[in-house]
Amino acid sequence: MSAPDRIVRHFQEELEQLQTRILEMGGLAEEGVRIAIKGLVDRDDALIDQVLSGDEPLNALHIEIDGRCFTLLALFQPMAADLRAIVAAVKINTDLERVGDLAVNIAEAAQRSVLRPPVKKLIDIPRMAGLAQSMLRDALDAFVRRDIQLAQQVLDQDDKLDSLKTQIFRELLTYMLQDPSTIEPALDLILISRHLERIGDHATNIAEDVIFIVSARDVRHHADLQSG
Amino acid sequence: MGRTVVEMLLTDPPSLAPTVSGPSLPAQPTAAVIAPKIEVAGLNFYYGAHRVLEHIELKIQPNQVTALIGPSGCGKSTFLRSLNRMNDIVPGTRVEGSICIDKADIYAASVDVVDLRRRVGMVFQKSNPFPKSIFENVAYGLRINRMTRSREELRGRVESSLKAAALWDEVHDRLHTSALALSGGQQQRLCIARALAVEPEILLMDEPASALDPIATQKIEELIYQLKSRYTIVIVTHNMQQAARVSDVTAFFWLGRVVECDRTNKIFTAPAEKLTEDYVTGRFG
Repeated sequence: MSAPDRIVRHFQEELEQLQTRILEMGGLAEEGVRIAIKGLVDRDDALIDQVLSGDEPLNALHIEIDGRCFTLLALFQPMAADLRAIVAAVKINTDLERVGDLAVNIAEAAQRSVLRPPVKKLIDIPRMAGLAQSMLRDALDAFVRRDIQLAQQVLDQDDKLDSLKTQIFRELLTYMLQDPSTIEPALDLILISRHLERIGDHATNIAEDVIFIVSARDVRHHADLQSG
Repeated sequence: MGRTVVEMLLTDPPSLAPTVSGPSLPAQPTAAVIAPKIEVAGLNFYYGAHRVLEHIELKIQPNQVTALIGPSGCGKSTFLRSLNRMNDIVPGTRVEGSICIDKADIYAASVDVVDLRRRVGMVFQKSNPFPKSIFENVAYGLRINRMTRSREELRGRVESSLKAAALWDEVHDRLHTSALALSGGQQQRLCIARALAVEPEILLMDEPASALDPIATQKIEELIYQLKSRYTIVIVTHNMQQAARVSDVTAFFWLGRVVECDRTNKIFTAPAEKLTEDYVTGRFG
């Protein structure tokens, strides 16, 4: 007779599975961004195509994770930290799905971009991409470890990403003013920088959700400061 | 892909809005073709002239937890007790239709009711340990059924039953003290151990946690979840949340009929019947 020597909370197992699926989704989304940017920098059509045609697993996970959250809410009536974790998981799921979409948007712009001669050597865009990816990774790490400090670091980095985007815009503007034939490829690069900035925003959202899960504090829109 | 970036900028407003997707249920394993453990067909049940169960058709799958929910007096406890013929002892009852376990009708003349109740164990709302030691409570069924050949075997079976009921760790050093000194939750798990000792195939539970505090309730619920790998479990509960948490399949009873029986996930998120929806959302009952 195999005996259950201790009583394990079935709900806890379900929560862990949910968390694992979210991490899996985060991994896929981040990988999409990485490959799209590598495709752009290396001017590699095959890599770009891989992103353009590869978001199906992410979409499937998006639906699955929503379903898991929905079921957990309906069947287990979670409370307190458990409730916050599941509500946050629904939001994180949406954020990650959007990151996946943005990776596809980057690949679309990259696909057009590689058809023309390069406007300039790409330096800031890979830097932005690296930062956006590390913010996303840190946000997910903070989610797994329930680490408020790491989540706060993600929030602090968002300004850096915003200023890189502005810097890229200004620089490309000068190229466009000098030579109108660079307008289209430069606009594609500006679009990509904006997509990367949006990815940072999603990482920020996730970090805010982590703070909410752990401390029940809503730090969005500085709500915690306003409420005193 | 033929559009220029300028065209795209003009037509695609940037948006952080989430893509629209309604929540959907995770894919369920497709129901394999497994013979039902219990198959109820055309069941009518009468207390005297009063019909309390009306044309019940239900298939209960092995190694699953099936919850019976419904308002008081809807017939769910009567139905549960009909599954091991506990209603036989109530005078003036009458059964029509059939209840088959492993395809054999349990109301057939040849059925040994004592053996049936060994195969189909029952745990009641109020824990009812015998006024004996913890050990004797579990050993009792084994002794009267002559199910062990030696003291050693008896001790082994008592231990494994207590472990299966997740009670062993709490009582192993006081097996020979009175069962009545245990807490309510422990007594209920003792009754489960007692039911498990005689190696039933099916476990019927009639409100097994309704007299317990939330912590003891949680232990019973987790136990039910763990036991289903070895038993077919049918549980009656007034507590809909409990049905949602512990069961795989839920049957909603109303006025002696089964209104709907489906995967628990479906019953509590998207029931097919309006009556079920009204009940699980607390609009009546």
